[in-house]
Amino acid sequence: MGSVAALAATGAGGLLRSAESWAANWNKAGFESKALADVLKSLGAANPVESRDIVITAPDIAENSALVPVAVTSKIPNTQQISIVAEKNPFPLAATFEMTSGAEGYVRTDLKMGQTSDIWAIVKADGKFYVAKSEVKITVGGCG
Amino acid sequence: MADPMRIRATLQGDVADVRIIMMHPMETGNRKDAKGDVVPLHFIQSVVVTHNGRPVMDAQWSQAVSRNPRLFLRVKGAKAGERVSVTWVDNKGDKRTDEAVIMPSS
Repeated sequence: MGSVAALAATGAGGLLRSAESWAANWNKAGFESKALADVLKSLGAANPVESRDIVITAPDIAENSALVPVAVTSKIPNTQQISIVAEKNPFPLAATFEMTSGAEGYVRTDLKMGQTSDIWAIVKADGKFYVAKSEVKITVGGCG
Repeated sequence: MADPMRIRATLQGDVADVRIIMMHPMETGNRKDAKGDVVPLHFIQSVVVTHNGRPVMDAQWSQAVSRNPRLFLRVKGAKAGERVSVTWVDNKGDKRTDEAVIMPSS
């Protein structure tokens, strides 16, 4: 959240941030964690509440483990942040998206998955954390 | 310098449906090339999307995001002709910025 606020303060000038400051903003502890508990801790989301207002759109069975489409839609008001976790990947935290008031609580991207696993969508809204899970079956491994 | 992104922003009501494809190998550091040498970790770490110069999304990624990553998002309060700009930075410090004009719904 801090980085978004800092960017907002500097306006378009934020795009001129140095590569070093981008790297400093990156959640190194979270992305390099192998244990889910450490990932949650790095996000400040130790005990997220299960929510039916988060919808994960992902295939039940992935045909290509290197390209698993994952969309997350959060209907929780004031959604500030969406993180996507592939529970059984070597490094479970795949991505964190922070949105300001201009972006809806929606994001879609594609993930590599090493094996069949639950995908977690962790949503931060009004400073509280919520979670939804959806299993994706991988028929051929290949986190290449 | 990396290849240009492809960015499409289309208005639906007052929401811009933004679809971005970045050209990047997103190497996990586990893959071996034809000679059997490990290809080093090389992936996009940060992506910032702005609407008319105002940041609307700040993303942080791991190497688990797929090669040539797609990022779709929706931006509220948009009008046709306004600009969407996207900047990514990878773990080697390489970066790229591209922008697109929001198109009216067809």
